[in-house]
Amino acid sequence: MTRLRVLLCRLTGWLRKGSLERDLDEELHFHLQLETAENVRKGMTSAQARTSALRRFGGVAQVKETYREAHGLPAIQLLWQDVRFGFRMMRRSPGLSLLVILCLTLGIGANAAVFSWIEGILLRPFPLVAHQERMMAMAGTNRGVAGLDDLSWPDFVDLQKNCTLFDAFIVDRIMGVTLAIGERAQRTTGSVVSANYFRALGVRPVLGRGFEPGEDFGRNAHPVTVIGYRMWQDRFRGDPGIIGKTQMLNGMPHTIVGVAPEGFYGTFVGWAMQFWVPTSMQEQFDPPTYKLGDRGARWIEGFAILKPGVTPAQAQAEISAVAKRLEVDYPATNRGCGIQLFPLWKTPFNNAGALLPTLGIALAVVVSVLLIACANVSNLLLVRAFGRRHEMTVRLAVGAGRGRLLKQLLTEGTILAIISAIGGMAMAHWCRNLLALLLPARAGVTMTLPGELDWRVLALSAGVCLISTLLFGLAPAIQASKIDLVSSLKADSAGVVGGRRRAAARSSLVVVQVALSFVLLVGAALLLESLRGMQNTSPGFSTRGVLTTGIDFRSAGYNAQRIKTFQDELIDRLQGLGGLQSAAFARTTPFSYGSYSSAEIAVDGYETAPDRQLTVEYNEVGPGYLATMGIPVVSGREFTRADNETAPLVAVVNEAMAAQYWRGQDPVGGRLQVKRRWMRVVGVAKMSKYRSLRETPKPFFYVPMRQSALGQALEVRTPLGPETIAKVLAREIHKLDANLAPSEVITMQEQVDRTTAVQRVAVTMLGVFGGLALLLAAIGLYGVMSYTVSQSTRELGLRMALGAGVPHLLRQVMSQGMALTAGGLALGAVASVALTRLIVGMLYGVTPRDPLAFGVAFVAMTMAAGIACFLPAWRAARTDPVRALRD
Amino acid sequence: MAHPLAHPMAKEKTDVLHGSLAFMVLRTLDTLGPQHGWGIARRIEQISGDALELNQGTLYPALLRLQQMGWIASKWGSSENHRRAKFYSITRAGRKQLAAEAENWERISGILARFRSQAGEAS
Repeated sequence: MTRLRVLLCRLTGWLRKGSLERDLDEELHFHLQLETAENVRKGMTSAQARTSALRRFGGVAQVKETYREAHGLPAIQLLWQDVRFGFRMMRRSPGLSLLVILCLTLGIGANAAVFSWIEGILLRPFPLVAHQERMMAMAGTNRGVAGLDDLSWPDFVDLQKNCTLFDAFIVDRIMGVTLAIGERAQRTTGSVVSANYFRALGVRPVLGRGFEPGEDFGRNAHPVTVIGYRMWQDRFRGDPGIIGKTQMLNGMPHTIVGVAPEGFYGTFVGWAMQFWVPTSMQEQFDPPTYKLGDRGARWIEGFAILKPGVTPAQAQAEISAVAKRLEVDYPATNRGCGIQLFPLWKTPFNNAGALLPTLGIALAVVVSVLLIACANVSNLLLVRAFGRRHEMTVRLAVGAGRGRLLKQLLTEGTILAIISAIGGMAMAHWCRNLLALLLPARAGVTMTLPGELDWRVLALSAGVCLISTLLFGLAPAIQASKIDLVSSLKADSAGVVGGRRRAAARSSLVVVQVALSFVLLVGAALLLESLRGMQNTSPGFSTRGVLTTGIDFRSAGYNAQRIKTFQDELIDRLQGLGGLQSAAFARTTPFSYGSYSSAEIAVDGYETAPDRQLTVEYNEVGPGYLATMGIPVVSGREFTRADNETAPLVAVVNEAMAAQYWRGQDPVGGRLQVKRRWMRVVGVAKMSKYRSLRETPKPFFYVPMRQSALGQALEVRTPLGPETIAKVLAREIHKLDANLAPSEVITMQEQVDRTTAVQRVAVTMLGVFGGLALLLAAIGLYGVMSYTVSQSTRELGLRMALGAGVPHLLRQVMSQGMALTAGGLALGAVASVALTRLIVGMLYGVTPRDPLAFGVAFVAMTMAAGIACFLPAWRAARTDPVRALRD
Repeated sequence: MAHPLAHPMAKEKTDVLHGSLAFMVLRTLDTLGPQHGWGIARRIEQISGDALELNQGTLYPALLRLQQMGWIASKWGSSENHRRAKFYSITRAGRKQLAAEAENWERISGILARFRSQAGEAS
C-alpha cells in the first residue's frame, strides 16, 4: 500500500517537475537566509554568516539532485531523455530514417498480415464460436484407398450415441441454393446442418431461435431456416418482424425461425453462408435421394467438439473404436471405413486445408523478407553509427558508461521499430481481406477470408518487432561499445577505426541478404513453372470452346418427367442454332465443387480382395456429353437418345478402369454391376481429369442420365464467348419456360483455373515478396558499395593520379561487389537445394532442383547486383584525383 | 548512491544514526506543531545540545520521503517575519508511526544498554 502511494507521489512529482523544482529553490533559499540571519545575530560578519550557513547546509547542488531523484522516476526520466534524443537523431537524417522505417514497416507488416491470415483462416477461423480450440474436423477414410470420404447420417447418429469424450458432433454440409424473393431468383450458398448446430457452437441467433432437437430428421419434415445476418440486412432490410415469414429455397417454402448474429458466417472456411437448414431437408438441397436412412450414403462433413481436457489422441482413439464396431455390425456398408479427426487448420473439406501449404510458404517467405529488411536496416544504422563515431567517443570520454551508450542506441532502434510496427499493423489491417481478392470470384458465393488481428496476433507481432529491434539495433550498438577511446580521439575523421571489422560485418549482412533473396526467387520460379506446367497439362477434355452452366429445375418445381422433356427440347433447339456445335446435360461438371456419385462395383471375372471395397466414382451424363466435352471415345460408342429408361442399362468406362478390371482386354460387351444392377459396357473413354489437374489416373465411368439420376449441369460446345452464349441460352430457355434461367456461364478453362487458384495465390505471394527481397538486397548491396567507395576516395584518387584508367577502377569496385554477390549466390544455392524440398507438395511437373528455376533466379539476382554495384563503381571511376587528394 | 543520512561528519560530533532522523523529525513536529525546515533543523540541534552534526541539507530529501510515506504533510504559509515558507505538520499516520518508532528505539536502547553493562563487567 505504502509502496503504491510512494510510486503515485513520484509519478505526480515527475509530472509536476517544474513547479516542484521552483518550490525547492525557494525553500532552500529561505532556509539559508534564516541560518545566515541567525549567524549574524550570533555576531558574525555577513560574509562569514553566509559561508557558515552554506557549510552547515552541505552541498546545495547535491541536495537538489538527491531531492530530484527521490521525487521523480529517474529511470523514466533517463528513458525520456533517450527518446527525445532519438527523435532528434531521426530528424537529423530524415532520408535514412525514412528508409529504415519503410524497410521495417514492410517486414513487420508482411509478418503481421500473414500471422493474421493464419490466425483468421487456420487457427481461429470462427470468431463467434465459443470453443474453437476444442473443435476438430471429421472425415471418413476407406482402408487401402487414398483420399478422404464423407460420413453417413446413421454413422453420425451412432457417434453421438456411443462417444463419451465429446460435447457434441455437428453436421455441416454446404450446398448451392436458389433463393427466390419476389420475382428475383438468385443463387447463393447455404448449409445443411444438424439440429444441435447453433447450440453446440455457442452461437445464439440475434432474432428467433436456432434449430430444435428433432428438427434434423424426417424426410422434408421441417422446412425451417436460420438466415445469415448479411442476408437479413441486405435482402430483408433488417426487417424486425422477419421471424415466421417464409422464404422460397430451392423452390420450397421455408419458415424463417432465426437470424444468425453478425460476423457468423457458418463453419466453412472461406465462404460466407447465407442460411442454414436442418438435415431433414437434405433431399431438397442435395438430390436425388433422401440419405438419412442410408448407412451407405456418405455425404456428411462435420465437426466434433471435444470435452474440456480431452486430447486429440484420446478423442481419435474413441472414435476409431466406434468405427471398428460399426464395421463389424454393418459389414455391407462399413467394411474398411474409418473416421479421422483433424485439427481445424488441417480441415480437409474447406479452404483451410487448401490454403494451408500456401500460408506455410507465405510464413517462411515473410520471415525471410523480415530478415532481409533487418539486415538492410542494420547496414544503414551501421553507416550512421560510423558517422556518429565522434559523438560516441566524446560521450565516452566525458564519462558516459558503455551500458548507457548501449541503452541509448537500443532506444533509438526501438523508436524506429515502434513507428514501423504501427505502420506494419496498419498495413496488416489493410491486407486482411487481400486473400479473398486473390482467389477467383464465383457467382453466388461470398468469399470471406479475413485476417484476424486479435491480441495473439498483436502479441506475436510485437515479439517479432522486439526481436528485429535486437537484430538490427544490436550490431551498431556493439560496434559503438567497442570504440577504443584513445585511438579514436587521436585519429582524424578519415575512418580508420575498426573500419575493417565493420566492413566485414556489413559485407556478411549483404551476403546473407543475397542468399535469402536467391532462395525466394528460386521458390517463386519453381511455383511459376508448376503453374505453367499445370496450365499446359491437358485435363483430357477441351478447355477452349466449351462452356459450362446449369439450369435449376428443382427450384422451379419441375418433376422428373418435365425435366426430361425440357432437356430434350432445349438440346434440339440449341443444336439447330448456328454457332453452337453441340450441347449436353450432366449431373456433375468436372472440376466443380459438387461431388460425383460413387458406388461399389463388381465386374464379371474380377476377384475382389476380401477387405477392400471397390468404390468407383461415376458421372450421370446425357447423350453426346463426351463429344461435347471433347473426351475421345477410344473404343465402342458413347450414349445416345436411345439409351433411355426402357433400353438395356449401359455404361462407358475410362481407360484406367478398363486396364484395372479387364486387364487390358477390350471391355466393350463386358458386364459391370453398379448398385446391384448389371449394365453392359458399350464404350471406353480416353483418360481425363475429374477434380484437379494434379490427380493421378483413376478408374471412372459414365452412365446415361436417363437410366440413373437427372442432372442440371449444361455443357455447350461453341466457338462463341460466354457472354454471347449466356444471352442466347437465356433467350432459348425463356422461349420454353419463362420461369427458368441459366446460372453463371463460364468457359471450362475458367472452371479449371478455379481449382488452381491456390497455386496462383502462392505464386503471386512468392513473386511479390521475391521481388521485394530482390529490391531490398540490391539496396543493401548498393549501400555497402557506395559506402566503401566514399570511404576510399583518397585511395581511388591516388590510384588515378598514378595512372589507373576508368575501366580499371570500374573493374576494381565492381569485382568487389560481385564477389559479395557470388558469395551470397553460393550460400543461397546450397540453402535452396535444402529448402525447396519443403514445397514439393505444391510443385507440378518440376523437380525441386529444377535447373531452369535456379538459372532464372541466378540471372535475376546477378543483374540486380550488377546494377547495384555499377552505380557506385561509376561514381568511383569519376573521382577527381586532385580533389580527392586535397580533401 | 550513498544514503543521504549517512554523510561524512566532523569527528567530534556523533553521526546521525541510520533511520533516526525520521524519528527526530516526527517527534519535533509532534511536540512543536507545524514547523518549516529550518525550524526543524534548529530544534534537532537544540535537543541534541549541538552534539549532533546534522548536515542541514540532508533534511530536505528526508522531509520529501516522509511526505511520500504520508507521515507528514506540507503547506505553504507565512513565517514569523512574514515571508512565504513551507510548513510541515505531522499527520495521523505519522503519529502512529511515531509511536511505533518510539517503542522501537526504546527497545534498541534497552538492548544497547545491556551490552554496555556487560562490557563494563568484563573489563
